Amino acid sequence: MRVIDLPASLDYRAADDLLDLAAVGDGKSLLDARRVRWVDPCGIVALLTAGAYLRERTGAAPRLQLPEVGDVLGYLARVGFFAVADGIVELSGRYPRRSTTAQSDVLLEITPIATNTDVHQVVDRVQGRAGQILSRTLRYPASAVVQFSVILSEVCQNILEHAEAPGWVAAQAYRWQKRLGKHVLVIAVSDIGRGFRGSLAQEHSARFGDRWGDATALEAAFIHGLTRFPDSGRGQGIQQIRKQVRRWDGSIRIRSGTARIADVPGWDDTPPLKDGMQPFPGAQITIILPARAGDER
Amino acid sequence: MNGDPAFPPVQIDVGSLVQRSVATLYSHLVTRPTGRAVRQAIESLLAEAGDKAFSLIDFSEVTVLDYSCADEVVAKLLARYLESDRPRDAYFVIRGVRELHREPIDVVLERQRLAAVAQGEDGCYRLIGNRSEEQEATWRVVEARGRIAAHELQHALPETSQRSALTELVRRRLVFADAVSGAVHSLSRLAGADEPGAGPAGVG
Repeated sequence: MRVIDLPASLDYRAADDLLDLAAVGDGKSLLDARRVRWVDPCGIVALLTAGAYLRERTGAAPRLQLPEVGDVLGYLARVGFFAVADGIVELSGRYPRRSTTAQSDVLLEITPIATNTDVHQVVDRVQGRAGQILSRTLRYPASAVVQFSVILSEVCQNILEHAEAPGWVAAQAYRWQKRLGKHVLVIAVSDIGRGFRGSLAQEHSARFGDRWGDATALEAAFIHGLTRFPDSGRGQGIQQIRKQVRRWDGSIRIRSGTARIADVPGWDDTPPLKDGMQPFPGAQITIILPARAGDER
Repeated sequence: MNGDPAFPPVQIDVGSLVQRSVATLYSHLVTRPTGRAVRQAIESLLAEAGDKAFSLIDFSEVTVLDYSCADEVVAKLLARYLESDRPRDAYFVIRGVRELHREPIDVVLERQRLAAVAQGEDGCYRLIGNRSEEQEATWRVVEARGRIAAHELQHALPETSQRSALTELVRRRLVFADAVSGAVHSLSRLAGADEPGAGPAGVG
């Protein structure tokens, strides 16, 4: 059995490496999470995505050796990881059931997105919870809860409209003590569908000639708003998400296939474009929204 | 008799329409399929109004409106009734437009090179979406007066450029031109604003 070691910090920085490892190798895999001591929504969603692709690619669901740290297991239970992961990976080890009585600190648990109804449920769910986190924790204005819901709606629809495959979304606010000294809200969305290049290829690949690839497709959609639909009303979702994320001094990055593109604010050292990663299907979107000034306490 | 055409408005509450036409549990205007269903429901209501319809699309009860849904409900609806094979003559005023709705609606209208008359929470009417400065200025003249009789047009809009802009506003159904009397009416007046340019129905 092939062993994929998961890092101690399974967060947005570790996601690409995990997906790269899941994109290669044969036979049944063991995702060894025993060392994991910290996990964020991006890491959890990447873990599910890697598991789903390993299962699809090798024909065998990978085994997930669960983290040893109780806090991590508790957090995974609170975000609903075990319920969603069951069937995608073989869970190996004891894990807590999700508490139904304790107040959760999670903004949005891991939620599968497969239908229009799922998007409505996501928006309904965050309306009730996001207000307090956005205003008290991130110090955003009261109106931000609606703009945040619009971002979530559009980013989830990206899965339905372009991936033509199910995906997952999760969101959580927590403190980035070392990096920024303030709270951030992380939104992770992922699918293993046909990706940006697959979505745009039929309509747009010819005009790019030899330059056509994952990076070009990402640039076409992300920067120029191209879409496979002839309808001029399409393609604006990502553009408007980018605009709102910029207003909040946030970052948005999208990986699709071998490439990743990003809008990078001053506090982020992510390169705006990266290519040459292992080919991984679908699209993985990460949005990080930092707290406004006044949170440095 | 105030010279206004008999044009009873069709009032459409989008908030309750989404629950009637899509699902009773949905309370937000998000996703394209939802927007498509709401637009079709609006078109069904307009079909009952006869050959000429004046419609007040009310967003007062809507909290979240995303770009995809705004495109389906607002932009595609307006575009359909500007086409030469439109089902009927229809004029639209968008009501209950809060600041949070304004951006998605503005963005989708700009993208499709459309404009609309919108009434905000403050009661003021505004022209939103894609329009030239001349169209905006001319629309404000019509809006402030409410109704301009045929014989007053030359005086109210003395410049050639203003009258060209008026022709465009009529073509884009942002003002109503009465084919019988030759008078031009602001849509806010047809919507039932008390007096031209007065009170909460002023120009924002």
